[in-house]
This record gives sequence, C-alpha cells and structure tokens, in this order.
Amino acid sequence: MIRAEELTKRYAGFTAIDRLTFEVGKGEIVGFLGPNGAGKTTTMRILAGYMPATSGSAFVARHDVFRDSLQARSCLGYLPENVPLYHDMRVREYLRFRGALKGVHGGRLKQRLGAVVDLCGLREVERAMISTLSKGYRQRVGLAEALIHEPDLLILDEPTVGLDPNQIRQVRELIKSLGEKHTILLSTHNLSEVEMTCSRVLIIHRGRIEASDSPANLVRQLRTSGLIHLELRSEKDDPKTALLAVPGVKDVAVTVEEGWVKCTVRTEAHVDLRPDFYRLAGERGWLLRELRQDRATLEDVFVEITHPDT
Amino acid sequence: MKTLFILLRRELTSCYLSPVAYVVLCLFLILNGLSYHFTLLSLSRAPFAITVVQAFFNDLFFWVAYLLVFPVITMRTFAEEFKLGTIETLMTAPVRDWQVVAAKFGGAFLFYLSLWLPSLLYFLVLGWSGNRNTVGFGAQLWAPYLLLVLMGMFNVALGCLASAMTSNQIIAAMLSSVLVLGNFLLTLVGYVLNRPSRLLRDFLAYVAQVDHMDSFSRGVIDSRALVYYPSCTVLVLVLTYHVFQYRRWKA
Repeated sequence: MIRAEELTKRYAGFTAIDRLTFEVGKGEIVGFLGPNGAGKTTTMRILAGYMPATSGSAFVARHDVFRDSLQARSCLGYLPENVPLYHDMRVREYLRFRGALKGVHGGRLKQRLGAVVDLCGLREVERAMISTLSKGYRQRVGLAEALIHEPDLLILDEPTVGLDPNQIRQVRELIKSLGEKHTILLSTHNLSEVEMTCSRVLIIHRGRIEASDSPANLVRQLRTSGLIHLELRSEKDDPKTALLAVPGVKDVAVTVEEGWVKCTVRTEAHVDLRPDFYRLAGERGWLLRELRQDRATLEDVFVEITHPDT
Repeated sequence: MKTLFILLRRELTSCYLSPVAYVVLCLFLILNGLSYHFTLLSLSRAPFAITVVQAFFNDLFFWVAYLLVFPVITMRTFAEEFKLGTIETLMTAPVRDWQVVAAKFGGAFLFYLSLWLPSLLYFLVLGWSGNRNTVGFGAQLWAPYLLLVLMGMFNVALGCLASAMTSNQIIAAMLSSVLVLGNFLLTLVGYVLNRPSRLLRDFLAYVAQVDHMDSFSRGVIDSRALVYYPSCTVLVLVLTYHVFQYRRWKA
C-alpha cells in the first residue's frame, strides 16, 4: 500500500528524514513512533502529497506521490496533526465540501455523508458550527473527513492527542474497526494504544528507521537485561553474595524492609533465572514470598531505541 | 473544472456567510454615497461640461474607497489557510495548485465586483429621473465600469500575491497596501517630473490608473488598458502560484 524508498527530506542545514525505506502492506495497521522532531510528520506529509521529498521516492497504492500526486492523493485519507478545520463552516457543510472535492458526488455523497456521520458519532453535532465544537468532536470531524471518499489508506498524525481517556478509547475502537477495511498508518505517543491497535510498529529516530516489527516481537527482543525481583527472609547468610554467585547474574541491588530483604537482580540477555533462584532459596532455606520478572513494555523498547544517550 | 467550481463556491460562501463581507460592503457604500453626494453638490452649484459619471469616477472619495478595498478583501485568501493549517488538508485533497490560486483569486474578484454593483443604481436612477445627457449613458456609463473590472483584477491579484507570502493577515494587508498603493502612485510620477523623457511618458501611459479612468469615464476606450491589466493580472497570478507552491514545499 505504501512503499518508501530512500526517502530524504533536507531543510537548510538540517536533515529531517534520512533515506527512509519501508513498506506498509494492505490491511496492516502500522504505528509510527518516534520522539518529537524525529521526522514522523514530515514523512506523513510527504506520503500525503503535501510536500515533495528532497530525494528518494514514495508510492501510495502504486502511484508515485510526486509524479502522480492527484491519483495518489485520491487513494488516501489524511488527518493532519492538530486537525485543521474551517471554523466558519458547519460540520455537514464541511464534510459535503470535502467529499465533493475528493470526487464524491450526488447520491453517493449523500450516502457517504450519512455513513461517516454515523461511524464517527457526529449525528448530534452535524448542524453545529465547527468553531463551537470541542476538541474531541473536531478530531472526529477530521476523521470523518479523511474517510468520506472511502480511501484504501488512512494516514493519521496523532489522532488521539489532546483527548480525554473516554474519547481516546472511542477513537481507538474506531481505528480498530476501520482497520478491518482500510490500511492505516498512524503516529502517536501513546504506546499502550499502539500495543492495542497496531499489527506492526515502525520506530523512527533522528530521521532513520530504527525498528520495524510487531509490538510483541519488539518487546521479546528487548528482554535483553530483564529485571527479577525477589523478596525473602534469610536468617543465616547474605542473599546478595549468594545471588551474585548464580551464573548469568550481572548485578544485585538490596534493600531491607521490616525484616524482608528485597533484591532486584539484573540478569543477562535472554535467560530466565527464576527457576535457579527458586532452587537456591530451597537450598539455603530462605523464606521466599515474591519472585517476579519484569515484563518489558513497548515503552522500554521505545526508550531503549530513542534514548538520547544511545 | 468541477474542482475549480467547488473551490470557488467555497470561497464565495465563506465570504458571503461571514459578517465581514457585509461590514466591508456597508462601509464601502458609505464612502461611495459620500462621493456621489459631493459630486452632485458640486455639479449643481457650478455646472461644468462634464457628466455626473465622469465627475463621480474622478473624485477623490472614489479613489480612496477604490484603493482601500483591495487589502481588505484579499488579506485572508491565502494567509488564513496557512494560519489555520487548513492548507494541509486542502492540498492533500486531489486538487491542483493552480486551481486553488484561481479559486482564491476568483472569489475575491467576484466579491470586488459585487461591491460596485450598487453604485450603478445611482446613475440609472438619476438618468431615468433626469437628463440622461448630463448623467452619462451608453459608453460613458459602461466604459468606467469596464475599467473598474480591468483595474480590479490586477489589484486583486496583487492582494492575493501579498496574502500568499505570509501567514499573518495584518502583514498581508500591509503588504498588499504597499503593492496596490505603490502601483497607483506611479501615476503621480508623470505629474511630479518636470520633463519626463518620451520612454517614461509611454510607460506611464500604460500604468497610470488615473489617466485611464479619465479617458474611460469620457467614454473613450483605451486599448492599452485592455491589454495591460489582463496581462499584468496573469503575470501576478503566476507569481502567486509559485510563491504558494514554494511556501508549501519548504514547510
């Protein structure tokens, strides 16, 4: 659905994106992640045909976004960051205008208007001025606008930013249901949202793609130096030295609280030492009340990849 | 063509459904009415060998109203789209850049034309109730309106160019004032200079809006104006197109 090859955008003395190459297949919901200023919006603007790349090429539904810009644009619905709308129009009027502009006319326009108004829950505000709408409604108007011509591809730039938790949930459900029929590329800072909705994640950092995989795979790869937490009571010996003696342990931090020793153990990559610790506790006669491994989250992956120190 | 029509309709509805249009129209009519009033007053005191139409279109009030109106009607065309960010949604719909430029220009130009329509009533009513010869009729009446169309398209284009250069409507208005007024003041160069060279005189004959109005309001149609204004309009619109594209691409 989307193919980007060596996509580069340079501003005066600053490279926003640097030879990006990626593909998004039909039917995928892809989360586009990265810190602010990583080049997400730039990439999306190029894909949406708003501005050309400095070099490289991009295709949307096999149309070159620069050479066949009009065909490419008519295959996609784009929701820009902050959802710019004409404040002096009414919701239905705006959607009709945008539909007509995207080549939807007559009976089909009427039918599509009804469909997107229902889908995005805009029925009660369809006659309201856009200037009077709340942020959540504006977001939905933007989404309805992107959907009006039934595009194969949706490009959504931070669709849930600035919404309250209920609205975020609604928009997330909406995106999930749209994913059944459409290909979606969405950027967001809300990582739990990505874990819930996206089949694949692209992480971009300093204008380059640093990771591209399903959220579950990324998390699995990251469990490189997982943390294991133990809480135990030991009468005789020092648990720290005993734990450090176990092969695979890198580091142990100990705190004592009401007689219970809390150990946080950093282990080597891809090993699960919990059975070893359990056995050790048995041998040493420790009273063990907690043994738990930290699960890496997408947030850890994100931080690991885009941390300023790395 | 259909896209252009849809865009143009949007420009016109956004213009006529906002109170701004009616405030502008109202103030413009006040200036026009004053101009008409003083024209009639001075003609009735000391009859000259000129028609009412001629006196009206060469009056100071007329020129003030005429020059004031361009920044007001063009400042929001592009600047507002850039400011609101709607330019991003607009240009990611399947529309061409030139269609947007043409629609913005067309919308502002049609609004400009609608501003002048009420003034036609003055002359029609006066001609109908009085002596047509003293009011002006035929070419004497429609020729100045033709010139208003011609001069208007050029100045509206200048305003659009100014608006395409910035995201700030105030700056757009100032910029278009400078362009429109600067262009108008070229007329005066001929009056200020003692002995202009022939080349300069020829040049000024092309650009002098006051001189054009003088001849058109007598019913004399100067073909130089017919060529000059449309070709300058096209030139400025091409510039606007490039400025617009440049700003979008570097965004």
